[in-house]
Amino acid sequence: MSSTTVKFDSSTGTDKVVQIIKNMMNKCTDTMLLPIIGITSFLFLWSITAQSIHTSLGEFPGPSAVAQQFSALYDEHITEREKADAFYERLAKRNAAKLAKNPDYVVKNRTYTGKETFVDQIFTSLFTVTAGFIVAAIIAIPLGIWMGLSKRLNSAFNPMVQVFKPVSPLAWLPLVTMVVSALYVSDDPMVSKSFLTSMITVSLCSLWPMLINTSIGVSTINNDLLNVSKVLRLPTLTHIKKIVLPASIPMIFTGMRLSFGVAWMVLIAAEMLAQNPGLGKFVWDEFQNGSSDSLARIMAAVIVIGFIGFLLDRVMLKIQQKVSWDKTS
Amino acid sequence: MNPAINDYDAEKAFLNISQIDMVFPTATGGFTALKEVDLQIAKGEFISLIGHSGCGKSTVLNIVAGLHQATKGGVLLKNKEVNEPGPERAVVFQNHSLLPWLTAYQNVELAVKQVFNKTMSKAEMKDWIEHNLKLVHMDHAMHKRPDEISGGMKQRVGIARALAMQPEVLLMDEPFGALDALTRAHMQDSLMEIQNELNNTVIMITHDVDEAVLLSDRIVMMTNGPEATIGEILQVNLERPRSRLSLAKDVEYNRLRSEVLTFLYEKQRKIEIITENKAVLKTPAKKRMTN
Repeated sequence: MSSTTVKFDSSTGTDKVVQIIKNMMNKCTDTMLLPIIGITSFLFLWSITAQSIHTSLGEFPGPSAVAQQFSALYDEHITEREKADAFYERLAKRNAAKLAKNPDYVVKNRTYTGKETFVDQIFTSLFTVTAGFIVAAIIAIPLGIWMGLSKRLNSAFNPMVQVFKPVSPLAWLPLVTMVVSALYVSDDPMVSKSFLTSMITVSLCSLWPMLINTSIGVSTINNDLLNVSKVLRLPTLTHIKKIVLPASIPMIFTGMRLSFGVAWMVLIAAEMLAQNPGLGKFVWDEFQNGSSDSLARIMAAVIVIGFIGFLLDRVMLKIQQKVSWDKTS
Repeated sequence: MNPAINDYDAEKAFLNISQIDMVFPTATGGFTALKEVDLQIAKGEFISLIGHSGCGKSTVLNIVAGLHQATKGGVLLKNKEVNEPGPERAVVFQNHSLLPWLTAYQNVELAVKQVFNKTMSKAEMKDWIEHNLKLVHMDHAMHKRPDEISGGMKQRVGIARALAMQPEVLLMDEPFGALDALTRAHMQDSLMEIQNELNNTVIMITHDVDEAVLLSDRIVMMTNGPEATIGEILQVNLERPRSRLSLAKDVEYNRLRSEVLTFLYEKQRKIEIITENKAVLKTPAKKRMTN
């Protein structure tokens, strides 16, 4: 693109210019052209196949139907926002009028009870997954460090880890639901039960990759570095802070990225069953709804879910690159 | 500082490695790596340990460092028994062992903070760290991280870190083994220069006959394992400061050199006992958290 800024005064330079342009073309091909070709052929195949699949809800949605639903979902979101704004405006006016009539009037503030839009649901999902992931990290990383430091603790815990690791979120969910219902009893709950259930399920499933990676990272620290710590007689806390944590940070982050991926996958399933108002509930509601648009709307959600999962991983990678001393990861 | 200082017998027993046996447990019973290793070192002496690989040189060093515990016998430093690692017996490891996430300065700082926490002010620590890095000619790259400097430079920082602890004994495990010949020669000269100035008590493991003769006051030659022990001790009375160029033609230097070579390649010709050597390597260092 900026080949004009590269200037050569001799005739031998033309070869170099050609070379540079070639390199740039190659780069463009790799980063732009090939993905575009890939995506286009995928869309083509998708629309061809979609036409020949007939479900009870009509034809399977092709790319154009899904694109239409994207804009429909966005429009619904805007309309819903306008409705909400209008509601609050009316409420403010009414309260003001009542106050003018009667200065002792106690203002009643009601919240708008319209349904969540697709965009709201995305944010609910993001919030739930982050909360669940953070809870898991708070448990898994310290425990993993401890397990990595102590062979005995590792031997004691390892059987449990190995057994619980492959458990599907769908198996945990009924148990979590019942436990939450039994224990989380409050007249004025801070968060809804469905949120708590989804969050805990996410935590239970995303705990393991972090735990395992952290403990492996800590237990495989180079012996020489441990010897340095011994020769310096570093106290345990300094040892963990100065040697153990930095040395195992790359492994801890690998675990965190795996866990976040698991958390996002688990969340959708958990939300479906727990009816937490996120993307999982959206998919479930559309499925139950069974309108002719439902499949296209679910497909739109699938694409959004995939895209957000990808973005979350990128964000974790960026954080890793910022925090870790090892810039090669 | 220590009342024991006045009690110890003249110079001879500054560091006393006393009748050490080392038996490693293996699947097929104990493997005796060291048998009755006995060595007394005076203050300010530079000792080289030389021997074929697998003869237990590193084990001796690790026992003095406190990283391993002798099965029988023990190590006395100024008449006090050594039973755990400590900064008064600083180690320069073979592969530098710098923390890769810290700069050269910070690596030395970690040691200085730990050792002089109570006795130095912040400004004094800074001066002391910089002084030690200057000593190994690393003041120009103080704020670079290990992956940004060459192998020789890393080893210099490793030496600076060890020196900064002001150890009673400096233990070096093949400090220059991983370096190319030119860098190694350069590092040896640097070490001699530093040794002239500080007159540390040093135990250095080496494979390099020239290095041993050039640097040492005494060369301790070890027999082959298993049951390795001290075969011969060679006194090196070459005048200091020594220069590798003038020594190259020196009669005494060449005599010493050939004595070591004779010991290594005639008297202790290496008979490979690969399986048993492997058993030693496989035995993990005891994982012990001090404090």
